[in-house]
Amino acid sequence: MTRSTRRTRRPLRTPRSRRKLRTVAAGAIALLALSACSSSGSGSDASAAGSSPGELSGTVTVFAAASLQESFTTLGKRFEKSHPGTKVTFSFGGSDSLAASITSGAPADVFASASPKTMKIVTDAGDASGAPATFVRNQLEIATPPGNPDRISALKDLTRSGLKVVLCDKEVPCGAAAQKALEAGGLELTPVSYEQDVKAALTKVELKEADAAVVYKTDVRAAGDKVEGVDFPESAEAVNDYPIALLKNAQNAAAGKAFIALVQSTEGQKVLTAAGFRKP
Amino acid sequence: MTSPGRRDSTAVELKDGGPRRRSPRTGAGRGVPLPLLLPALAGLAFLLLPLVALLVRAPWRSLPQQLTSPEVWEALRLSLVCATAATALSLVIGVPLAWLLARTDFPGRGLVRALVTLPLVLPPVVGGVALLLALGRNGIVGQWLDSWFGITLPFTTAGVILAETFVAMPFLVISVEGTLRAADPRYEEAATTLGASRFTAFRRVTLPLIMPGIAAGSVLAWARALGEFGATITFAGNFPGRTQTMPLAVYLALQNDPAAAIALSLVLLAVSIAVLAGLRDHWTRTS
Repeated sequence: MTRSTRRTRRPLRTPRSRRKLRTVAAGAIALLALSACSSSGSGSDASAAGSSPGELSGTVTVFAAASLQESFTTLGKRFEKSHPGTKVTFSFGGSDSLAASITSGAPADVFASASPKTMKIVTDAGDASGAPATFVRNQLEIATPPGNPDRISALKDLTRSGLKVVLCDKEVPCGAAAQKALEAGGLELTPVSYEQDVKAALTKVELKEADAAVVYKTDVRAAGDKVEGVDFPESAEAVNDYPIALLKNAQNAAAGKAFIALVQSTEGQKVLTAAGFRKP
Repeated sequence: MTSPGRRDSTAVELKDGGPRRRSPRTGAGRGVPLPLLLPALAGLAFLLLPLVALLVRAPWRSLPQQLTSPEVWEALRLSLVCATAATALSLVIGVPLAWLLARTDFPGRGLVRALVTLPLVLPPVVGGVALLLALGRNGIVGQWLDSWFGITLPFTTAGVILAETFVAMPFLVISVEGTLRAADPRYEEAATTLGASRFTAFRRVTLPLIMPGIAAGSVLAWARALGEFGATITFAGNFPGRTQTMPLAVYLALQNDPAAAIALSLVLLAVSIAVLAGLRDHWTRTS
């Protein structure tokens, strides 16, 4: 059997010129495919830029912190409904990496970040149009598995030995906030892991790999009954302001402005507070 | 580039029926056709350009001070230890698996082979989640490990090694299996007719025969394990000195301090090149 496999090198009977042609054709097809991809990518921007002023149309691209995923998705649908012909596309992620991609030229109309520090990266680079506005605030909460099996009632309980606690990495806003809260309580905590973002920390509790995590209240709310939240007073010392801003290189500034207005409106605030955010 | 001399000579020895030898280098000296040369050069440039960019934009001036921090060395040490351990584990269980796939016939072998290569195409993060569901504290096997032996794997260095093995072992299995298929089974058959057991034949005949394939597979697996990120951060988490390997350190540094991330990347790049070059000279020359 192995002998037959060795003879796979078949004599090549195709004439040389024909082979050459085939290679060229394959290359041309690959190039075509590539160019098709790139043109479809920029197509939405082109249609947005070509919209007539006054009436909203085209695509609004919103870069938003991961913790805004649920509420902004809801608001995006409402926006599309009240402005037929528009489409809201989101890119949710860690505020730091979103800010970095904006300053390196990612095409976005609106940036909503989870901390003033990450917004400052964008404003310092001169990429924001106008001053950012704080639209919500978020507070930390302890997430435990359903039923709170370890009976955690305060931040101090997390320092108990044998308890597996995960925190966000100090580089990420939720990790910085957790550190601030711990300092405010005069506590020292050695977690089993510094997770790369708030959702990763929460997932470890949902899967019951960790006994507790310090995350945002909104994340506990969004996880439903998969985790249980425990409030702690030190979280008041580490409230995160969420700023939102229109970007300078916005392709669809009019619709971007309208989206920011929706976020700040009573209707928008209702959606956000229902998700667990606090009014600014 | 590869030495065809050795391969040809074995082919001659093996093919008793008078092989029609065709030199693989026919026409090599007569110029390279343009439709091959241009894409080849484009491919080379595409692979090398990002590495060149890394070198060009490296913060050379602050590099010494970036690299003398203990965290960097801790992450590097952990990376090297875990990648080596993962390769060793892959050898212990991967080589027998490759032998089973290449030398025995059982129903569903094709399917098993496809499943073995699955981690190659699976996004590593998915692999990490799957590992959590299998070996996590609440996983289908992990819960018994926890309640019977008190072993929990997530958030431990052992967890890092397992995650890396999961992702890297298929490279070794594929490589060894390919070598086994190319090696003539009649050597083993000869050994068994001379009275050796099948295991002895494997140990004394097959193993030396496929050593180049094992070496090449080990290098591939080691390199893959060294760069492993997704499965590691998902399954083993991120804690300096315990589960924070170099790729994790690079990723988290990138959030806040790109200069530090570039410095870390350079270290990883240098280590990879040094080890691959070193191993190539010692082990893989004949493969």
